[in-house]
Amino acid sequence: MEIPYDLLINALVAGLLLGAFYAAVTVGVSVSFGILDIVNIAHPGFIILGSYIAYIVNQRLGVDPILASIVLLPAFYALGAAIYQVYYQSFERRGEDALRGLAFFFGLLFVTEVALVLVFGVDYRYVQAPYIGPSYNIGIVDLPLRMLVPCFVALALVAALQIFLAKTFIGRAIMGVAQDQLALQLMAASPTKVKRIAFAISIATCSIAGALLIVIQPIEPSVGREYIGRVFAICVLGGLGSLPGTLAGAMLLGVLESFTSTFYGPSWAPAVSFGVLLLVLAFRPAGLFGR
Amino acid sequence: MRTSTFIMICVAVAAVVFSLLRILGNEYYFFAGYVVLQFIVLATAWNILGGYTGYVNFGSAAFFAVGAYTTIFFHKTFPLPIPILIVIGGFLSGLIGLGMGYLTLRLRGAFFAIGTLALAVVLATIVTNWSYLGGARGAYVLRPDEIAVIGSYVQYLFLLMLLLAVIAIATARGIEHSKLGYGFHTIRDDELAAEASGVPTLRLKLIATTISGALMGMAGAPFPYYLGYVQPSSAFGLEYAVNSIAMPMIGGTTSWVGPLIGAILLATLQQWATVTFSSEWGVLLVGVLLVAFVVLAPRGIVGLVEGWRRRRAG
Amino acid sequence: MAGPLLEVEGVGKRFGGFVALDGIDLAVNEGERVGLIGPNGSGKSTLVNCICGTLTNETGQVRFNGDVLDGLKANERTHRGLARSFQLPRPFTSLTVAGNLRVPLVYTVNARPGRHLSNAEIDTRCAELLTLVGLGDKAEKYPRDLTQVEMRKLELARALAAEPKLLIADESMAGLSQAEVADIVKLLIDLNEHGITIILIEHIMRAVMSFSQRLVVLVSGKKIADGKPELVIQDPEVERAYLGQ
Repeated sequence: MEIPYDLLINALVAGLLLGAFYAAVTVGVSVSFGILDIVNIAHPGFIILGSYIAYIVNQRLGVDPILASIVLLPAFYALGAAIYQVYYQSFERRGEDALRGLAFFFGLLFVTEVALVLVFGVDYRYVQAPYIGPSYNIGIVDLPLRMLVPCFVALALVAALQIFLAKTFIGRAIMGVAQDQLALQLMAASPTKVKRIAFAISIATCSIAGALLIVIQPIEPSVGREYIGRVFAICVLGGLGSLPGTLAGAMLLGVLESFTSTFYGPSWAPAVSFGVLLLVLAFRPAGLFGR
Repeated sequence: MRTSTFIMICVAVAAVVFSLLRILGNEYYFFAGYVVLQFIVLATAWNILGGYTGYVNFGSAAFFAVGAYTTIFFHKTFPLPIPILIVIGGFLSGLIGLGMGYLTLRLRGAFFAIGTLALAVVLATIVTNWSYLGGARGAYVLRPDEIAVIGSYVQYLFLLMLLLAVIAIATARGIEHSKLGYGFHTIRDDELAAEASGVPTLRLKLIATTISGALMGMAGAPFPYYLGYVQPSSAFGLEYAVNSIAMPMIGGTTSWVGPLIGAILLATLQQWATVTFSSEWGVLLVGVLLVAFVVLAPRGIVGLVEGWRRRRAG
Repeated sequence: MAGPLLEVEGVGKRFGGFVALDGIDLAVNEGERVGLIGPNGSGKSTLVNCICGTLTNETGQVRFNGDVLDGLKANERTHRGLARSFQLPRPFTSLTVAGNLRVPLVYTVNARPGRHLSNAEIDTRCAELLTLVGLGDKAEKYPRDLTQVEMRKLELARALAAEPKLLIADESMAGLSQAEVADIVKLLIDLNEHGITIILIEHIMRAVMSFSQRLVVLVSGKKIADGKPELVIQDPEVERAYLGQ
C-alpha cells in the first residue's frame, strides 16, 4: 500500500500542535486532581466559560483573545478560590466526600453549560485575530497559525507553571501538601490556604486555555463535554501530578486523535480519548510514566 | 414488612393509579406520567449503585440508550413485543454494566465515575457511526395507535413503565433489607475497613453495577415507541445523567423512598418549567437544585424530614 | 504445623520516590506474642497493609500458613485468619457499635466452611466482644457518639470478631489511661493463651515490654532489630535510632 507521506507528516504535526494545546487544557486538572486529589470534572466547563468571555471581549472591544485572557487571570483565580472555599466547607468529612464532591462538580459543569446556552444560544461562536487564517508552509508541512500560536502559548503556560511549582516557596508547598500536611504545618503554612491557592491557580489556567480553544476552533456550549475525557485521559496517561508527564500524555493523545481523524474520519475522534482512558484505567492505571 | 407484602401493596397502588387516570380520560396525563415513571426507574436504579455503595455513575444515559437502541435494532430486523425487548435491553445493559465494572471498579471511585462518562461517549460515538441504527440523523419508529385490551398505545406504554417502576422499587427495597444491602452499606461507609472485615467488595460492587445498569436499560427499551424518534445526541445526553443523579441526591440516597420523591418532584418541576419557559430552564433548575442540595442538605428531602421529626420528638 | 505461621520475605514498597519498606524479613511462629516498634513514618502501618492486602507489595512475598498470599485480596486474607485493627479507627459510621461487629461475623466467620452462626448467636457474640473490650453499654450507640479511645476499642473488637489466627493490633492503646492499658494488655495475653498469635504495634513502651515475647524494631523501612525484648532495647543502634527520641 502506498503510504501517503504528506498526509502522515501533516497528521503528525497537527497532532503535536493539538497536543500542546491539550496540555494547556489539562494542566489545571494535573494540579487539582493530580496534586490536590479533587476530581473537578467541571474544569472543561470553566474553559468554555473562558472561551465565551474571550469571545465577548474580542467582539465588543476588538482585543486579542489571548491577551484578554491573561488580563482576566485574576478574575478566574478569584472564582477558583471561591469554589474551593465552598468545596472545603461542605465536604470535609472523609468517605462521604467522594460521592458528594463528584455530584457537586458535575452539577457545576452542567449549570455552567446550560447557563451558557441560555445566554449565548447554541450557535457556533468564533473570534477574529490576525493569526486566524494564514498558515506557514515548510515543504509539504502545513502550519496553520491558528494552531501554532496557541501551541507556543500553551507550552509557555506549562513551562511557567512547572517553574512555579518547582522553584517558588508556594509552589513547593503545593507539591508538598499532597504528601505531608504535618511538615507543612511545621513550616507555618496552612494546608487549607495552600490548597486554595493551588485550586485557584488551576481554575485560572482555564482563562488562557479557553482563549486558546476559541482561537483553534469555533465553540458552542456543549464542546466542553468532549474535553472531560481528554483531560482525564491525559492526566492518567501522564501519571497524576506530573507536569512533564501531562505534556507527554497530551502530545500522545493529540497525535492519536489526529491520525484517527485523518485516516478514519473526524466523527470517531471523541471516542479516541475516552477509549484510551478506559484502556489505560483497565490495564495501566498508574500511567505510562506512573509512580 | 415482608417483601412479598410490599410488592402486593405496590401493585395495588399501581392499579389504583392506572384506573384513576383511565377514569380521568385525558391522554396527556399518560404522556407526562410516562416520563415521571421513567425517571422513577432511572433514579431508583442509579441509587442502587450510587446511594447504597457510594459509586457515582455519570453514564446513566449509556445504559438507557443501550435499551433504546436494542429496541431500534430489533424494530428494523425482527419486531418483537415490547416486554421481550425490555428483557433483552435489560440483559444487554446489565452485561455492559458488568463489563465496565470489571474494568474500572478495582480502582478508586473517582476513576469509576469518569470511566462511566467515557463509556457513554464511546457508545454514543459507535452508535453515531452505525448507519443501520440511524447514525447521527437518528432513527424513526412508527408507533401503532392501538393495542388489544387496553386500547390506547400510550396507555399501554404507561402501564409497562408503571410495572417497571414497581419492579425497580421492589428490587431496591429488597436489597436494602438483605445481606446484600448490608454489605453495600459497609462499602459506602468505609471500603477499606469492609475489605479488612471480610466483605467481598469487588463482587458486591459488580452486582450493584449490573443490577443498576440492567434496570436503566429496561427503562430505555420502550422509549423509541414512546417518542417515535431516537437520536444519539439526546439519547446519550447528559440530561439523563444529571437527572438520575439529582433525583436521588435531592430526594435522599439512603433508601428507596428518596429517589421516588426526588423523581416525582423534579420530573414534575421540569415539565412545568419546560412548558412555562423552555426545556433549558427546566434542566438548569435541576442542575442548580443539585448543587444547592449537595452543599446545603446532603441527606436530601428524606434527611430534612427525619431531622425535623427528630427535633420535634427531642 | 511445620514452619512459621506468618512469613514476610524481602517485602518492599515505594510511594513514588519514597521507599516505605526496604526488603523486610520477618517470621512469626504460631502462638507468639510479637511487639513491633519504630518511630513515626518508619513503615509499621505500611507493613501491616502489605501483609493484610490493603496495599500490594512490589517486591518480596508474604506467606501465611504456608500459602502464598500475594494476589489475594484483603477480604480473602481475612477469611484465612488474618485480622488487623486500623491505626486511625475506621468504623462503619452508618451502623451501630454492635452492627460494626456483625460485619466480620457475617462476612468472615460465616463465610468459612463449616461454621455457621445463627442471628441470635451473632448477637450474643457481639455482646461478648463488646464487654471484653469495655464497651458493653455502648452496643446501640453510633460510632460518632464514641470518644477516640472508645473507637480504638471498637477497632480491636471488630478485628477480634473475625476470629483470627493472627491478630495485628495497630496502636490500639493510644490515649488510654494506665489502668486501661494494663487491662488491654491482660486481654491480649489472655487471647494469646487461648491460641491467637498477636503482633502488637505500639508506642507505649510499658505495654510493649510487658506483652512481648519478642521485639522487632523498624526504622526508615528497615528492620534493625529482632529478638528478646530486654536485649533489643539495650542494642545501641535501637537506642540511637528510636529510643533516644
